[in-house]
Amino acid sequence: MSTIWTRMGDGAAVEMTAEEVRADMVAGSEDAAKKGKIPTLEKHEYDYLFEMFASPTRIWGVERGHEAILTKDGSTNSLYSAQLSSGVGLPLSREQCFRTFERAFSFDTMEIGHTDYSVKPVKPIVALEQTHVEAVLHNCIIPVYYGFMPNLGLYFRPDGPFPNPSDLLPKGQIAEARAATEEGLEACRTDMIWMTDKMDEVGADGINYDTTASTGDGEFLAVLEAVEHAVKNTDLSVEVGMAAECVLGFHGQLTYDGKRLAGMWPHQQLEVVEKAGTHVFGPVVNTNSRRSTPWNLARAVTFVKAVTERASIPIHPNVGMGVGGVPMFECPPPDVVTRCSAAMIMIGKADGL
Amino acid sequence: MGGIRTAGDLVARMQMTRKMRLPEAKRHVAGKLGVSVTDLSDSTVMRRVREDLDIGLVTGVAGAAKGLEAKARIATLLDVKINCVERLKDKMHVQVD
Repeated sequence: MSTIWTRMGDGAAVEMTAEEVRADMVAGSEDAAKKGKIPTLEKHEYDYLFEMFASPTRIWGVERGHEAILTKDGSTNSLYSAQLSSGVGLPLSREQCFRTFERAFSFDTMEIGHTDYSVKPVKPIVALEQTHVEAVLHNCIIPVYYGFMPNLGLYFRPDGPFPNPSDLLPKGQIAEARAATEEGLEACRTDMIWMTDKMDEVGADGINYDTTASTGDGEFLAVLEAVEHAVKNTDLSVEVGMAAECVLGFHGQLTYDGKRLAGMWPHQQLEVVEKAGTHVFGPVVNTNSRRSTPWNLARAVTFVKAVTERASIPIHPNVGMGVGGVPMFECPPPDVVTRCSAAMIMIGKADGL
Repeated sequence: MGGIRTAGDLVARMQMTRKMRLPEAKRHVAGKLGVSVTDLSDSTVMRRVREDLDIGLVTGVAGAAKGLEAKARIATLLDVKINCVERLKDKMHVQVD
């Protein structure tokens, strides 16, 4: 074997020697271990990944019997939306898209969501959203989630009523920034709970809180409290998908169950997500576009393995553009997408993607 | 896993309703269907199983259970509550087994 053909984290093709691939995998796993204070991968796991990367096959897959469940964020907009959602702009309704995902793409579950996908702009058109969910519930068989992003950032100026912590923090106004986060998260949580109850009314199977903690620890707390409400007061199954591998500390002092939320890594996020009552958890590990896919994937499965080893609930890590080892490019190439997906299940021991 | 082409929707429901990890969810569904765990992802096997149980097919077959009809049968088969089926029962004001 002369060189191994794979890709960089931006999707560009790269040829590496066997020694370079192995060294990158070790370095990626050690980076995750150092940041998360978790074990690195073991020899047989590196061997699996190396065999996978060294194989000249166009695509890769799990061993027979290890097929896993697919849940999806971003709803059906990958078919009807535009570039903002990596959408292909098909002139289809959401119901048509849903049925296409069920019958042509054989998805295990699917989701209805607003094109914007944030909870705040959906509120005025909730009746429309409920009607679309009802339509697919009547006509389809696979479980139906309704999904949205909490997107706490929309509650701050200029998009919302509260002062923006990103403006206040650089000025040293720490107390004011914390107060703004606390006010914003209360409004966000109220909206999430209201929308969750609306989807429970129409009999959706589940609710998906996607890109959780995109605006840091305040948003994470709002989500955890919304999960508590959903589990206690509705019949919905709750999926929590994260926005990034580490929870940013826009506030820095917020806690849940006595644990500080800022700075949490995926296996630590799992603890509070489980405590809140979540049914399915989707951890995220970000892709470094300047590193190779062997580096990124080894790093990602190291984090995910630490989650699945501790989990009592199904774990569906995010494996898509820019996360889970997949290159940060809007048309992710199947050669590495399939390898990342299979490794998440075979080495990361994921229950789904 | 293959959705309604295989048993993906059924395994997903066990994860979603009972928080079952993948191996446990597969064992539960395989037991209820009377097939092996590997059969669950085999579209050749599952096409016949789904037709026999009338729990929804990936191909368009006249007379086969569709949508809510299929889910009402899945709820009974897997012993799980499906929210929209419960809502149908409420709308009908009758008990559906």
